[in-house]
Amino acid sequence: MNITAYIVLSGILFTIGCVGVLTRRNAIVVFMCVELMLNASNLALVAFSRQHGNLDGQVAAFFVMVVAAAEVVVGLAIIMTIFRTRRSASVDDASLLKY
Amino acid sequence: MYAFNEGGAIPVVDPTTADGVFTLLWLVVALPLAGAAILLIGGRRTDRWGHLLGTALPIGSFVISLVLFISLLGRGDDERQVMQHLYTWIEVGHLNVGMDLLYDQLSALFLLLITGVGSLIHIYSIGYMAHDPRRRRFFGYLNLFVAAMLVLVLSENYLGLFLGWEGVGLASYLLIGFWQHKPTAAAAAKKAFVLNRVGDMGLSLAIMMFFVLFGSTSFHVISEAAGNASEKQMTILGLLLLLGACGKSAQFPLQAWLMDAMEGPTPVSALIHAATMVTAGVYLIVRSNFVFDRAPDARTVVLVVALISLFWGAWIGCAKDDIKKSLAGSTMSQIGYMMTAAGLGVAGYPFAIFHLLTHGFFKADLFLSAGSVMHGMNDDVDMRHYGLLRKAMPVTFLTFTMGYLAIIGFPGFSGFWSKDGIIETALSQNILVGVLAALGAGVTGFYMTRMMLMTFFTDKRWEKDVHPHESPTVMTGPLVVLAALAVFGGLLILNDWIVDWLSPVTGTAPHESPPIPALAISAIVFVLVLAGAAVAWLVVGRQAVPRTAPTQVSWVTRAGREEVYGNVINDTLVVDPGRHLTAGVLATDRYVVDGALTGGPVAIGAVAGVARRAQNGFVRSYALSLLGGALIVALALLAVNLA
Repeated sequence: MNITAYIVLSGILFTIGCVGVLTRRNAIVVFMCVELMLNASNLALVAFSRQHGNLDGQVAAFFVMVVAAAEVVVGLAIIMTIFRTRRSASVDDASLLKY
Repeated sequence: MYAFNEGGAIPVVDPTTADGVFTLLWLVVALPLAGAAILLIGGRRTDRWGHLLGTALPIGSFVISLVLFISLLGRGDDERQVMQHLYTWIEVGHLNVGMDLLYDQLSALFLLLITGVGSLIHIYSIGYMAHDPRRRRFFGYLNLFVAAMLVLVLSENYLGLFLGWEGVGLASYLLIGFWQHKPTAAAAAKKAFVLNRVGDMGLSLAIMMFFVLFGSTSFHVISEAAGNASEKQMTILGLLLLLGACGKSAQFPLQAWLMDAMEGPTPVSALIHAATMVTAGVYLIVRSNFVFDRAPDARTVVLVVALISLFWGAWIGCAKDDIKKSLAGSTMSQIGYMMTAAGLGVAGYPFAIFHLLTHGFFKADLFLSAGSVMHGMNDDVDMRHYGLLRKAMPVTFLTFTMGYLAIIGFPGFSGFWSKDGIIETALSQNILVGVLAALGAGVTGFYMTRMMLMTFFTDKRWEKDVHPHESPTVMTGPLVVLAALAVFGGLLILNDWIVDWLSPVTGTAPHESPPIPALAISAIVFVLVLAGAAVAWLVVGRQAVPRTAPTQVSWVTRAGREEVYGNVINDTLVVDPGRHLTAGVLATDRYVVDGALTGGPVAIGAVAGVARRAQNGFVRSYALSLLGGALIVALALLAVNLA
């Protein structure tokens, strides 16, 4: 098995997520991009796990999934609340907390 | 320069405990001190009778001094040093200072001078200050002055002497600035105080050194153990004491305060110049003879300082038109004579004290007469506005003339005996000093004759609304007494009385005859004085005196009017650098120290003001910096691993 393809794919996915986080304004899309980055790293972890022939990477991937699930719960709740009060899901609008 | 310790042993102060009438010694100090306390603490309640009490108490002191003096005369030479222990003043570790009074041949003479002349000045002040609303306070200060000076000359140790020394400084400050509403008087008082502090530094260092070397400040202990100290230590002590004496006695280079001190009321000037204050320096040196006898180098410095002051003061006296300042210059010059005598060592000490006494008489006489003249001339001090006052003020004219004849050393008058004594002693010890002292006598003849002619002779140059009149009896009375003393004060030298009287304190000098006979010296000095007087007559007597001081004058006159640039020298050497130093220190404090303290936070605040812009509230920019940070960490890890 050639690990390179998996790692490249993982890098592409991570970059897409990263660019998405930095460029998109819609909080939901930003959130989805964050998930994309997490899953890109999961892919890399599983690929390396397969490469090394042990389960360490897969365990780590499970942990990431659990954390991501928890994070989604909290994150979506916050986005919901912001949307309710401001009628907007744009991350740029929520910029009151600053210098 | 001189044979070391010539004339046998240096006397040791070895007093007996006071008994009998001598137990009254403390009263001499206590009376004027009580007067000062009552008048100054009592306040307005004492206004009505304050001046009478303030005069009666010094007279009481004088009476006691006289009784003590007569009792001392009745004792043998070896019983004439009496000590009264009042109480233990300071007792800390090895330092044990008693409030002890020493009454010996030297302090006996001083007591008579201070209380006698002081009392006369008090009486005179009753008339002189009659119209001053603060007269009671004036008498309080005068009493304080007299009391401080008495402590100075009566103390048996240097610390007590220092107490009186500082008391004199305080009282002179209060009295010179008595008319404090005049800014010049306030400044003059401050100047006198500051310049005296410089001298006091020398004296206090000397006292500390005495304590370190001998473990005591008592004259008794030090004079006994002085032989154990090295000549170098004694020289240092002598120079420190000289610095103190220079401050108090207005000798070069600390003379600048004396002219400004004329801002005080005239009786104060008389008191400062005759009975108290400036004589303290001479007393200090003569009292410390056990130091100076062992330090020939210090004595040489005393001589140099004395001769510079002698001519410096005379120079000022020649050029000033202000009668009081001219007299002040003459005081500096005459004190120069006393210091010259003191610098000559054992042979000179008695003449220093003798001249101090006669000077006390005739200078008090001259100053009070000048005050009487000012009293009649609406407080004008400019001699160019005087002239022909001998008709308007016959008594003052007479008393001033007696003082004049005494100070120029007219044969038979008191100044003649004392000044000739100094010149003769100087000639027999050191020709150069003697010749300079004799020349100084000629200059004295010039400036005193100039003063005499401008005030009492020549034409009337009075201001329009001035009507000179003789002063009241309360003022002329003391003048007549002082004039009599100025005439007959020379009797103290009869049979060498004062030399023999003081010899147990100052030591006995072998008789050295001057290179030429004493009579010839007197004649030469008198011819010099006459020459000086003749020049004065040529300058101010023969031709009309202009009412305003001419401006086209030689540099000699100009320098004299500027007090030989004493103030300029002080300003250039001390005041201006001091001012720059304080300005520099202030600037350093303000900009460097304060700058470092406030500058740090200000800089941090400025940086934070810029840096906080990063907290812009946009989540996406935070994410970008997060990414940037992560990239840097990753690159750093790679670099470390690959390297």
